[in-house]
Amino acid sequence: MTEHNDIDHISGRSTTGHEWDGIKELNTPLPRWWILSFYATILWAMGYWVVYPAWPLLSSYTTGVFDYSTRASVVNDLAGLEKLRGEKMAVLGKASLTEIEKDPALLGLARARGRTVFADNCAPCHGSGGAGAKGYPNLNDDDWLWGGSLDQILQTIQFGARSGHAQAHEGQMLAFGRDGILTKTEIVTVANYVRSLSGLTTAAEFDAAAGTRIFAENCAVCHGENAKGNQALGAPNLTDRIWLYGSDEDTLVETISYGRAGIMPAWSGRLDPITVRALAVYVHSLGGGQ
Amino acid sequence: MKPAVNKTVSLDEPVIDEDGPLYAAHRKVYPQSVRGTFRTIKWRLMVVCLGIYYLLPFVRWHRGLGAPDQAVLLDFPNRRFYFFFIELWPQELYYFTGLLVLAAMVLFLMNALGGRIWCGYLCPQTVWTDLFYAVERWVEGDRRERLKAAARQMTAGRAAKCVAKHAIWLMIAWWTGGAWVLYFADAPTLVHDLATFQAPAIAYIWIGILTASTYLLAGYMREQVCVYMCPWPRIQAALTDEWALNVTYKCDRGEQRCSLKKSFDLRARGERVGDCIDCNQCAAVCPTGIDIRNGAQLGCIQCGLCIDACNAVMKKIGRKTGLIGYDNDINIRRRMDGKPELFKPVRPRTLVYAFLITVICAVMVYELLSRTLLDLSVLHDRNPMAVRLSDGSIRNAYTVRLLNRRDFDRVIAIDIDGPPKTSVHVVGADSVTVDRPMIVLAHDTTTELRVLLTAPVDGMAERSMPVRFRVTDLGLGEVASASDHFVLP
Repeated sequence: MTEHNDIDHISGRSTTGHEWDGIKELNTPLPRWWILSFYATILWAMGYWVVYPAWPLLSSYTTGVFDYSTRASVVNDLAGLEKLRGEKMAVLGKASLTEIEKDPALLGLARARGRTVFADNCAPCHGSGGAGAKGYPNLNDDDWLWGGSLDQILQTIQFGARSGHAQAHEGQMLAFGRDGILTKTEIVTVANYVRSLSGLTTAAEFDAAAGTRIFAENCAVCHGENAKGNQALGAPNLTDRIWLYGSDEDTLVETISYGRAGIMPAWSGRLDPITVRALAVYVHSLGGGQ
Repeated sequence: MKPAVNKTVSLDEPVIDEDGPLYAAHRKVYPQSVRGTFRTIKWRLMVVCLGIYYLLPFVRWHRGLGAPDQAVLLDFPNRRFYFFFIELWPQELYYFTGLLVLAAMVLFLMNALGGRIWCGYLCPQTVWTDLFYAVERWVEGDRRERLKAAARQMTAGRAAKCVAKHAIWLMIAWWTGGAWVLYFADAPTLVHDLATFQAPAIAYIWIGILTASTYLLAGYMREQVCVYMCPWPRIQAALTDEWALNVTYKCDRGEQRCSLKKSFDLRARGERVGDCIDCNQCAAVCPTGIDIRNGAQLGCIQCGLCIDACNAVMKKIGRKTGLIGYDNDINIRRRMDGKPELFKPVRPRTLVYAFLITVICAVMVYELLSRTLLDLSVLHDRNPMAVRLSDGSIRNAYTVRLLNRRDFDRVIAIDIDGPPKTSVHVVGADSVTVDRPMIVLAHDTTTELRVLLTAPVDGMAERSMPVRFRVTDLGLGEVASASDHFVLP
């Protein structure tokens, strides 16, 4: 900086030599430590340009001497995480599902893994807490279409129901109305009959004897003589308080008239075997385990 | 050095350093060594404080198998904090809050009684700076020699002394950082690992940070920390009152200042002169480089060294000691008015502080003694809140976290006080008896259980019923309980 010998008479200090309308600026240099810090940051920045990706070019950018990339770093970290997780998770592949559930540490591991996978894959239909929705089973209760033991749940998750997979659960509720098997009156009668099995109120003019007869002839094949259902066919228990599609008369008439065939996808191809096992333990631990 | 300012101190016009800028350029302080009561107190407190700090990590405390046997250990990886017979878990960190509140109250009480006792005797900045000054004095000589040396050209001998001084400073600073990390891991093991360069990098980093900060703060910044960085002088100024005893120059006795020789003449003629002979010893020994005779001021840490210096001079010239001493402005005025001195350590302010300290101590001791070594917390599932089962009964799910603070495994039973005929199921655990699940809790850890309660309460008018989880240690009989609710869909 140019030195000026111009001295301000009032303060006795030197000025910068600039003058505007008779006003002069006192020369008050920045503290040395401040200046040095400032130069240090400049040097730092230059070093940074060399070492790290910094300057945009026309079609790319300067990569820096280490070829550092945040994305590569993240990918690398994730790979490390997966490796770490894989070692821990491998135990879940070896132990039997019952053993996993009996061991608090393994149960915690399986539930932690299962919870995240459930949220990503199952929650859209079954709800984030597995509470289900109309047509999508509640996984917290004790009513299971295809069975609620650990192995049965694993089976269902692996291959699904009516999913097209060779080992998928198969079972069909016929469309008794659409296909002309039953008349409209018969459907209403048997709907009322089914309601009476669960202790629900029935219509005043409901003919119980006719209902019993229609049920025995058409429904008992799958749902059983006592209407308790059949897990091999996915035929629900009609005597309990849980109704997948609803228990009011209109819904039942619709169900009987047109049938129901909800689809559960097969997950064995999409999720790795250990994850599917963790998921089965998680779903079982939701409370519906049988 | 500035020449001694010979101005009369008036109570009505407190002396304010008017021409001082907001930040004065650093003026190096060369405090002189001094002997006396307060110096002795300071030496002893330094030994106690530094002794505790440096040696505490090596004190052993047997806690049984599997638990660390270090008396004071902040075990972050395992989330346990050990203080002799107390083991704290992370959720009990409120004890630290209690300690901090307690520390603040004790500080306030000390301040109300004797001013900046903390600053003068106990503050780490004071203690380490004092230690660094002692080293400086030992290597480079006392105030006079250091001032002389500073004015002269650098010589080889002085350079050697300077290097020696900085080497000792760095050693102390390094040891300070080293002692710090020993509180966070088993001390003997860590010392070995540090020496063989096998310790974790974070240990070396922290030693580096504390070495640097100790060296800079105690070696270079010294009184600048007290004057420009520390908030306590400002807070203290707002907390003090007129009865608090401060290190005070008794201007009523000291003024007019007059040299010893001149005072004899003037007194012989019957004129009144003060006891202060302007020897400037009080300013020479001051570690923050202030002149106490300018009255109470921000830079004064009230270490009492000026009292020692002044008393020594007074004894030498045969005058009464105590020209500088713990006193307050009220007494100065009372003496000027011919009234006797008055000290009031017991007054509403100190009583309130003492009461608060007692209450906080009592609460903390009660909490410590009454805490159980078996505990549980219950969290109700929110999604779904309640589930209807096929037989119409209702089930609620809970996450129950059990804490076993004992250093052995134990068997507990879970009981429920809730809706009638509630059955309990713990996921993953087969109950010995149908309604009373029994679980093994591993030692010194927490266990998370998923507990399902099923009750035949469908159709009940109440939508929510209280439920109490009770866990009983079957061996010791210890019981803990927690409340939640059982809700209907």
